[in-house]
Amino acid sequence: MAELFFGYFAGVIALTAVLVVALRNPVYSALALLVLFFHVAGLYVTLHAEFLAAVQLIVYAGAILVLYLFVVMLLNLKQDDRYHHQWRIAAFVCVPLLLEFLVLLAGNGVAPQSSPLTAEQTAAASDNTMAIGTTLFTTYLFPFEVASLILLVAMIGAIILAKRDIGEGGQT
Amino acid sequence: MTFSPGDLFLILPELLVITAACLVLVLDPVLSSSQKDGLAWLSLGTLAICMGLIASQMNHAASAFGGIVIIDAYACFWRLLLCFVAGLTVLLSHTYLREERLYFGEYYGFVLLSLSGMMVMVSAADLLTIYLGTELMSLSLYVMAGLKRSEPRSLEASAKYFVLGAFSSGILLYGISLLYGATGSTRLPAIAAAIAGRSLDDPLLLAATVLLAVGFGFKLAVVPFHMWTPDVYQGAPTSVTAFMAVASKAASFGAFLRVFVEGLGSLKANWSAIFLLVCIATLVLGNIVALVQTNIKRMLAYSSIAHAGYALIGVVAAGVAGTQTGEANGITAVMLYLALYAFMTFGAFTIVAMLRKGGLDGDEIEDFSGLAARHPLAALLMLVFMVSLAGIPPTAGFIGKFYVFMAAVEAGLTWLAVLALVFAAISAYYYLRIIMVMYMREPDPLTAASPRLIMSPALSIVLACAVAGVVFFGLYPSPLVNLAGHAVLTFK
Repeated sequence: MAELFFGYFAGVIALTAVLVVALRNPVYSALALLVLFFHVAGLYVTLHAEFLAAVQLIVYAGAILVLYLFVVMLLNLKQDDRYHHQWRIAAFVCVPLLLEFLVLLAGNGVAPQSSPLTAEQTAAASDNTMAIGTTLFTTYLFPFEVASLILLVAMIGAIILAKRDIGEGGQT
Repeated sequence: MTFSPGDLFLILPELLVITAACLVLVLDPVLSSSQKDGLAWLSLGTLAICMGLIASQMNHAASAFGGIVIIDAYACFWRLLLCFVAGLTVLLSHTYLREERLYFGEYYGFVLLSLSGMMVMVSAADLLTIYLGTELMSLSLYVMAGLKRSEPRSLEASAKYFVLGAFSSGILLYGISLLYGATGSTRLPAIAAAIAGRSLDDPLLLAATVLLAVGFGFKLAVVPFHMWTPDVYQGAPTSVTAFMAVASKAASFGAFLRVFVEGLGSLKANWSAIFLLVCIATLVLGNIVALVQTNIKRMLAYSSIAHAGYALIGVVAAGVAGTQTGEANGITAVMLYLALYAFMTFGAFTIVAMLRKGGLDGDEIEDFSGLAARHPLAALLMLVFMVSLAGIPPTAGFIGKFYVFMAAVEAGLTWLAVLALVFAAISAYYYLRIIMVMYMREPDPLTAASPRLIMSPALSIVLACAVAGVVFFGLYPSPLVNLAGHAVLTFK
């Protein structure tokens, strides 16, 4: 049953990922991305990571994608063919890579790894949200704080680069 | 709780840098424009304190936050170098920004934030943390590259750097996630334990290694992942270019060595083959393309690509060497090379930043014509930096190349050392061309404004530090060699 769900979600994710780059209308691409985000959330649910699934939906599908659609519609990009002349290069790079990986997989197979936590263990461990919170604020406190600095840089950087007329003389 | 106050003490230099950065960002809108110099001095003071702190941590190794951060001599070596370069950058920017009319107090905040990212990169022993440090460094650099907003080229540099940087971060992250899948951990010691005795037969491990190599390849700007370098180095304000060319490269090498030596050390036979190819491609392309550049910032960009190639020789030598001393020699050579490279490249970029042509950067090679007649001292300093970059004794550049080539010969890669020597000889052509232009050629009388040189006490200090490093370590390298040898990583 779990394999069946995984197969479905993974298949749809792969398909919509291709559609995102292959569709010519940016709005359709964004909608394909939306479907992709939903299926990634589904994948999280099969792993008993309900909190991540909810965050995935709220943050990616809810916030980021809506912003993205706003920008696309504000710029009124109906059809953009500029980026659709690279099929040959893309195929040249991707097909050998794919074949290579398939050959490797067929030849050796992935060694089964003892992952630190199985889905059942995650579910049994404790409250999902609490587990994430505890890990984030104890074991991974340091990277968590570094991530907060990254957000600070992104925020201030966007303001500096966007406020065009303040601060500099302009005449060179 | 998995951390103690002692952990915070270990990362005190990082904390100080971050605090100073936040202070700069907060104070900037409050201060009047005449007081903004104070922000530069604040940053400089913090960096001086940090260097003192780091030097005191040099002799003992400790880990913090449950093994996520390792403060050992290796981390301290890079952190010391990075703080020093950031200090030089602040001094250089102080005059350069005024000349460019870029009155951004935030600039110093970004230098410090970027520095904190670099310090996280070199002292982290956890792939996730290394990735976050890389992102912190890169995001700050994207913004700094685009600060000269009145110039389209600067914005182009910023956008190009951002897109390619984001792309390479994606690849790096993909590699990290596959490695996590293959080993079940993001900690380097745990990864090393999990893959000990395994080979690349596992496709996950193979894919992860290749993706990590590609991701770091972008950050190190080695061929074939160097495409962004010339455009970004040319478009960014020169002070930022100097910072990127020196500090970001050193930090990337620091993290790269830590990941591949401590984490993936048991796969060294496999990855040294990858880097051998990358190294040769970098040496060939970097040196050949630099020959035809007419813009000095582009030329120095290709030269920095070529220098990453020389440093990679040490990495390959460490991977190939059978003995423990051979491995240590390779890594020491890389660390030494990047430290010496910092002095000469920063010096060269400082002279480029000083040369102004009617309110603009004088960054064409033509602009240097007749410099020796007008500014003999600046021309002499540029001569020293160029001779050093070319690797001619008795300068620091020669010492760097000497140790790298020695490591290669000891590892049985004599042919690689000979090949690199040939390309070093080729590189002498484009470095000596600058000297020729400065000393032999008269400025074109038809061009109206002849380039002038900006001067300030701060710039004098920068140049004095750079030239002192180049000459002193060229004649007497043993303090730095001992420092690098003491800080070297061992293969696990």
